Amino acid sequence: MDSCVKIINEWDIVAARQLGRNVAKDLGFGTVDQARITTAISELARNIYLYAGQGQVCIEKTEAVGKTGLIIISEDQGPGINDLRKVMEDGFSTSGGLGAGLPGVKRLVDEFTIESNPGEGTLIKAIKWLR
Amino acid sequence: MRIPILKLHDCLLVSIQWELDDQTALQFQEDLLHKIHETSARGVVIDFTSIDFIDSFIAKVLGDVISMSKLMGAKVVITGIQPAVAITLIELGIRLEDVLTALDLEKGLEKLQRELED
Repeated sequence: MDSCVKIINEWDIVAARQLGRNVAKDLGFGTVDQARITTAISELARNIYLYAGQGQVCIEKTEAVGKTGLIIISEDQGPGINDLRKVMEDGFSTSGGLGAGLPGVKRLVDEFTIESNPGEGTLIKAIKWLR
Repeated sequence: MRIPILKLHDCLLVSIQWELDDQTALQFQEDLLHKIHETSARGVVIDFTSIDFIDSFIAKVLGDVISMSKLMGAKVVITGIQPAVAITLIELGIRLEDVLTALDLEKGLEKLQRELED
């Protein structure tokens, strides 16, 4: 199964979250975590579509000592983020309210890392562990 | 695909049966407002029982269509929000405040009737 979805248009957002929901279901996540994962993917894919134009979202199984989870990797070569601290503040938006923003996504998952360089793009990794 | 909007006396009834993509959500916004205008409906119930997730975009479209309906004189009641949807919306930081809600369609219609009598 292809675990990545290229995000070019809004239909790809739907494809990405459907893939995420399927992987989450297969891994044995409950309905609430499935909703968290699906929503997080939808938000990340929408950010790519809105701000970077294109990029990709990959969804894979991940493992650490004694635990299994799902990792969402969102990657684009868009304009990048100037002030990472600012975008991680609740209520910050450059799109006038489209998208809940990254703090919301961070709350939906267990681990969240972001790397971004202006002019080079953004790489976000979000993990949800099976409980 | 368009979301069917049913007329029931002076109310409109909508049941969202499948996952909403952006275009369907925006089309629904327009369709609902036209239908309110066409039928002079005073109230709307939108049921989400079959929906297992709502992201910020869908929530925004939904919040907007409720405000728009209000501008046209129609009250909207949202019903059937699943536990997983309620949890993720609040964690995401989305608050649909001042929105009339009910657990299921039946209670939603009762609530709407009471609202319209006031």
